[in-house]
Amino acid sequence: MPWVPRGLRDGKLTTGWPRRPDAYFDEFAAGVTVRHDAPPMSHAEADAAARVCPTGAIGHVDDDDGVRPTLDRGACILCGRCVAAFPQFFARESGAATAGIDRRALVVGGSSGTPEELAGLREALAAKVKHLGRSVHIRHVDAGSDGSDEWEVQALANPVYDLHRLGVFFTASPRHADILLVTGIGTAGMVEPLRRTREAMPDPVVVIATGTDAVSGGLIGRGGYTSGHGIGELLDVDVWVPGAPASPFTLMHAILLAIGRLPARVAAEPRGGDAA
Amino acid sequence: MNADAVHAAPVRIAEPASWRQEVADRVAAGERFAGLYGRAEIRDDIHGCAVTALLVCGSAVCALETWIAPDDAGELHYPSLTALVPAAFWYERAAHDLSGVIPDGHPRLDPLLLVVDEGAERPRPGHRDPTTSVSGATPPGSADVHGRGMFTIPLGPVRSGVFESVEFLIETRGEDIPHMNIRPHYKHRGIAKQFEGRTTDDGVLIAERVEGIASVAHALAYAHAVEAIAGVRVPSRARLIRVVHAELERIANHLDVAMRLADAAGLAVASSRFGWHKEATMRLVDALCGNRFGRGVIVPGGVAHGPLAHPATVASELRELHGRIRADLILAMKTPSFIDRLRTTGILTPERAVAWAALGPVGRGSGIADDCRWSRPTDGYADVTMPPSQPVRTAGDVMARANVRWDEIDQSAVLAVEALHALGAMQSPDLLTPVDVPTGDAFGLGWAEAPQGEVLYAVHLRDGRIERCLARSPSLHNLAIFHDVFAGDVFTDFAFIEASFGLGYAGAAM
Repeated sequence: MPWVPRGLRDGKLTTGWPRRPDAYFDEFAAGVTVRHDAPPMSHAEADAAARVCPTGAIGHVDDDDGVRPTLDRGACILCGRCVAAFPQFFARESGAATAGIDRRALVVGGSSGTPEELAGLREALAAKVKHLGRSVHIRHVDAGSDGSDEWEVQALANPVYDLHRLGVFFTASPRHADILLVTGIGTAGMVEPLRRTREAMPDPVVVIATGTDAVSGGLIGRGGYTSGHGIGELLDVDVWVPGAPASPFTLMHAILLAIGRLPARVAAEPRGGDAA
Repeated sequence: MNADAVHAAPVRIAEPASWRQEVADRVAAGERFAGLYGRAEIRDDIHGCAVTALLVCGSAVCALETWIAPDDAGELHYPSLTALVPAAFWYERAAHDLSGVIPDGHPRLDPLLLVVDEGAERPRPGHRDPTTSVSGATPPGSADVHGRGMFTIPLGPVRSGVFESVEFLIETRGEDIPHMNIRPHYKHRGIAKQFEGRTTDDGVLIAERVEGIASVAHALAYAHAVEAIAGVRVPSRARLIRVVHAELERIANHLDVAMRLADAAGLAVASSRFGWHKEATMRLVDALCGNRFGRGVIVPGGVAHGPLAHPATVASELRELHGRIRADLILAMKTPSFIDRLRTTGILTPERAVAWAALGPVGRGSGIADDCRWSRPTDGYADVTMPPSQPVRTAGDVMARANVRWDEIDQSAVLAVEALHALGAMQSPDLLTPVDVPTGDAFGLGWAEAPQGEVLYAVHLRDGRIERCLARSPSLHNLAIFHDVFAGDVFTDFAFIEASFGLGYAGAAM
């Protein structure tokens, strides 16, 4: 078989992440953030910034400290318009770790849940995954994506990411699946197939909403006639993964976050917008 | 930019019957049928619908429009085009779903893109305040083949593997596939209405998401339509950047096909290698623009920003990457267990390809030598050294389509490297020409060659905002052909044939 030496020719291609850091994981700009050194914002600037955003991801809080912008990564499609128009407030942020278990925590600069609420979410998720062994199976369902999300999910099987080495596998049968990974805005046509897939899965099920489309409907799900404001209205989501689409490293981080297998080194890293 | 594309409005033929005859005559005379769409239009206070057919003739694309008035029952009838032009089959179903027009004499007017609730209005693209109610119920599939032992297997909408949702209703006796029906409506996202009311600058964000795996081509086709309306010329630097992204997108898509074909043949190492190359290609795109799909680069009038990495560095990386891709493709095409599965599988005969007006590698694998980059060049394709012709095969099988793609990877790599070198040497910093769209009504056509084939946009503006935008994806057009290529093929060929079409179902479901 000529393919055997071909497969050995280039040595090991697979990333060492999560055991070791990976430059692409750290450098990939998976999110937009509110700058820590942002100057004071006027009400006019806050309104202008909100108008720049095509998905309404930008808002502001107005309290004793003055006006500060907020940015909902769950709605952000990374078009970069806010960064171009208001570089003093917004910036692309490097690092693929953008997923979170609290939907509200995706809002950078916003108020996430109380520590007790967050601990509650974490415990509920931990209870779901505590009986999973070293082999976890994922069922993917496309609920109305633009097609790019599937490419990024498929990429997890390529030798660069090789999700299998972590004991995580994709399965065709929902009966064998522990995780339901959903992409897309949640179109009317996919509501019933999605519900039937969920029903065929044995409880407990961990649901991962993958990409901004699945988290909030993104750009296409806004005000459309096919419903589609994300899959949060259709399923109980455990892990929210922003990104348009979510990159393979972001997904890998999200899956390990879901099953509680992020090494302490990664879990301890400070992440903008994510308190999980 | 093409002067032929500048029209204030489509060519109008008042009488639907003469419009139908004119379209049929022009197709019979050798023009290629490229699409049909409805646009709600009020004339003299009557709520009618304009129906436009798109025809391609060599270097030009033209739009022929007629207007349909409601009859006494309030229904919009017109004589169906499908009997004379078979390629209109799915388009008339789509126009019925979205705009509510009824093509009389259509062979099968089942829902294609959208199932609405009983009595609900259609979305009617072009209508300002539509109301519609999409049904979540799935109508039973039709059974077209009758006989002893015939049954129907639904493949999808939830596929076995990480794929986009689409349903194939395969009618079979157990092994062969005499017939199938395709239902893409599950992931219909209402793209047409999402364009409406937006500014021309915002429209490109929607275009990038019509078919996410061909974001660059869709953004380009849209931008070309807007640029045709505004009559602007894109700066040379931007024209080259556009070429680089379009060609890298082509390489990534064709590698995806290579990966899926190798996977279907059980060649794990080959599949892994192609997956690795695809990842490397996407990282090059990311290095150039900060997005793995080339989004946020193309805007009407030019590009949003220059390359973030040094062009010469990217060029040398691409040349190395191309060397690895080439070596693996050559080995794959020498692997008997691989090519045995491709040869004579999923044949689209040249006659059927012409009848369906097949696009992209599907058409070029069946002898149709049409590629926008040669026939109707845009952007920097006029500034780089184009190979004398695009790759064409005539066998029409999976092998032919695969070989077309592998040749295109070679061409794309050479083109992108040349464009990158030219970019590095270029002095002019201009990236963007301001786009001024006229007030009042305006209409423009734009196209680009996606990895899947020709993307065609028809943009109607009113006072600078989008009134109706047709995003004609090659995936919709070619998916209609998919059920015509299974003569003598069996279940295990399905994965090969599907991969060889290389379609994005998001673009098909619209």
